[in-house]
Amino acid sequence: MSLPPPGGATVQPAMSDPATAEHSTSEHKREASAAAVLRAEGLTKRYGDREALRDISLSAERGELVAIIGPNGAGKTTLLSILAGIQQPDSGSVSRAPREIGWVPQQAAVYGKLTVKENLELFARLEKVDDPAATVDRMLDLTSLRDRADDQVGELSGGNRQRVNIAVGLLGDQSVLLLDEPSAALDPRQRERVWEFVLSLAEAGTTVVYSTHNVQEAERHAQRVLVLADGELLFSGSPRELEDTVERERGAAGRGDFEAAFVAFLRQRGH
Amino acid sequence: MRWLLLKDLRILRRSPLLVGLLVLYPVVIATLIGFALSRGPDKPQVAFVSEVPESAQEIELGGERIDVAQEAGPLFRAIDPVRVKTREEAISKVRSGDVLGAVVVPEDTTRKLQAGLEPAEIEVFYNAEDPVKASFVRDTIKSQVADANTALTERYAKVALTFLDLIATGGNYSFFGRDFEVLGLQRSEQILSEAQRGLETRSPAREQVASVIEFARLARENLDLSDDVLASVGTPIRVKQTQLEGGSTPLSSFAVAIAISVSLMFITLLLAAGALALEREENAFPRLVRGLVSRTGLLVEKAGLAAVCSMVVVLLMLAGLGLFVDLEWGRFPLWVAAAGMGALAFASMGLAVGTLTREVRAASLLCVMVSLPLTFLALVPSGSVAPLLYDVVRVVSALFPFKPTLSAMESALNDSGGIGVPLVHLAALFLAFGVASRLGLRRFAQR
Repeated sequence: MSLPPPGGATVQPAMSDPATAEHSTSEHKREASAAAVLRAEGLTKRYGDREALRDISLSAERGELVAIIGPNGAGKTTLLSILAGIQQPDSGSVSRAPREIGWVPQQAAVYGKLTVKENLELFARLEKVDDPAATVDRMLDLTSLRDRADDQVGELSGGNRQRVNIAVGLLGDQSVLLLDEPSAALDPRQRERVWEFVLSLAEAGTTVVYSTHNVQEAERHAQRVLVLADGELLFSGSPRELEDTVERERGAAGRGDFEAAFVAFLRQRGH
Repeated sequence: MRWLLLKDLRILRRSPLLVGLLVLYPVVIATLIGFALSRGPDKPQVAFVSEVPESAQEIELGGERIDVAQEAGPLFRAIDPVRVKTREEAISKVRSGDVLGAVVVPEDTTRKLQAGLEPAEIEVFYNAEDPVKASFVRDTIKSQVADANTALTERYAKVALTFLDLIATGGNYSFFGRDFEVLGLQRSEQILSEAQRGLETRSPAREQVASVIEFARLARENLDLSDDVLASVGTPIRVKQTQLEGGSTPLSSFAVAIAISVSLMFITLLLAAGALALEREENAFPRLVRGLVSRTGLLVEKAGLAAVCSMVVVLLMLAGLGLFVDLEWGRFPLWVAAAGMGALAFASMGLAVGTLTREVRAASLLCVMVSLPLTFLALVPSGSVAPLLYDVVRVVSALFPFKPTLSAMESALNDSGGIGVPLVHLAALFLAFGVASRLGLRRFAQR
């Protein structure tokens, strides 16, 4: 069972068209507007004739863990890319500039031929942090990679490489961190270590928005889930609220099984 | 195994572009190498014009009539003559690259050959823009003129020896239909000896006749040696060479310019394209351009890296080659200018190639695939292909940095024409490929 969202923490679906998505309570909306550290309004993105995102609006608060889930091609990576400033939306806006948001792409965006320390130093200098050496030291401790600091990233395991990837995303000390499929292609032990790290960041006040294919991961770690399908935001609320929604619509089936509830939710909405 | 084979065949069937390249590329390369390295066709196209009037085509040597046009036969067998009517037309064809060279036989050629007092002079025009091409024309014409000289010298010597023999030993000589009896030195000596015996011993005339007899003997004996002398001297035809354009780049320096330009091209292209593709391969590009580095800044950094590295390498190469080839170190600033501008243009082109690929290996392969044909295309000599095709070759070569880099390096290494035009050309290509690279980056971060 997932925990209910902490007080004041929420992510909202499209504000301009509330009928297109379901959300927990109107109280959440009001609170979100007041304390959001990341806000996006009416994001739309097209690739030719295909509409990858359709009028998506959301907000997230300090220390909140938000999972974006949905079937393949739903628009999860596109949404994160736009929030991160990698891609420009055809319409809509994001409240923060790219440099104010930490971003961790799905595939490690670090140089395999450089050591862990060299990678961190390089990006710390590019981020123009005040004290690159101290920042690198802090990141090595934070990621527990000090003993691998002089190893080339290409020689690291997938889990450790992803930790370096996340560490680079945090170098700018931004208060918002976006992670695209952070645990993809990791074995369970590596996945666990990555999540321990991410959760510790959220506990320290970093807002974390991540996409995942692993529905259990969303249920287990996220305070909010955003359900995307075919570029549309279908749901925003806690995992428990998603189960409740499904239960209301088709009886007791799916209660206690978040993945089944998620699949049923999509099916009910024709996906 | 069978399934793997079927799988690969299926992939190939679904990759028509790849299959097309795999088949066409070796064919195109082989053809271009053939054009470029054969140093022209077996029979170079050479414009030919004879200004000798029809009525003066023949000369008479020793009673034998020689048709000069027939004597030129071996030359026509060695070249592919393009007959033109005027000297100006011939020169124009060389300038335009329609022919490799031009041979002009001046009006007074047969008169000079007939008189034998001074060598006749034929004129050869060639375009020195390409030292290989110029050397090819020079060698071909020189070889044929040397053969003609040998043949004519033999005829002159034969005629001269006939006359000398007549002077030495006497005999009959036919001139304008009349026969003459020539006494000859040998017979003169005999007659004088007989006449001397009839003179008194103390007669002053006897002593004078003795000296004449001695002269006749010495003259006869020495004329016997003249056949060797005549055989070893005499150049009835001389070649006057005129260079129409370009400098006088020695072939060795031209080879150095090619070596430097090719090295500069490969190093810069591969570095620039590879460095840019690496950012994509390592997924670092989106992270970098999220405010850490501007796209233009990234391009400038890659171009600078590639240009500086390749410049250092080629300048070291020049220093090494300077041990074997005579290079003018006083022109070092020009070397730097030519190599620098060439490197920047190649870097810019490399970046444009780099924007097309996601992997370093693919970028490298693409660079080689693009640059090799362009190199050979730039080295195709005029006259070795049809004029229209050569015009196309020139236009295509001008669109890429190899040809102007080669021109700039030639000018920098030798005083073979102004370096300004190729440098401006390279600057224009640098900007054009720079714009293409920048536009290419726009789609870089897209999924």
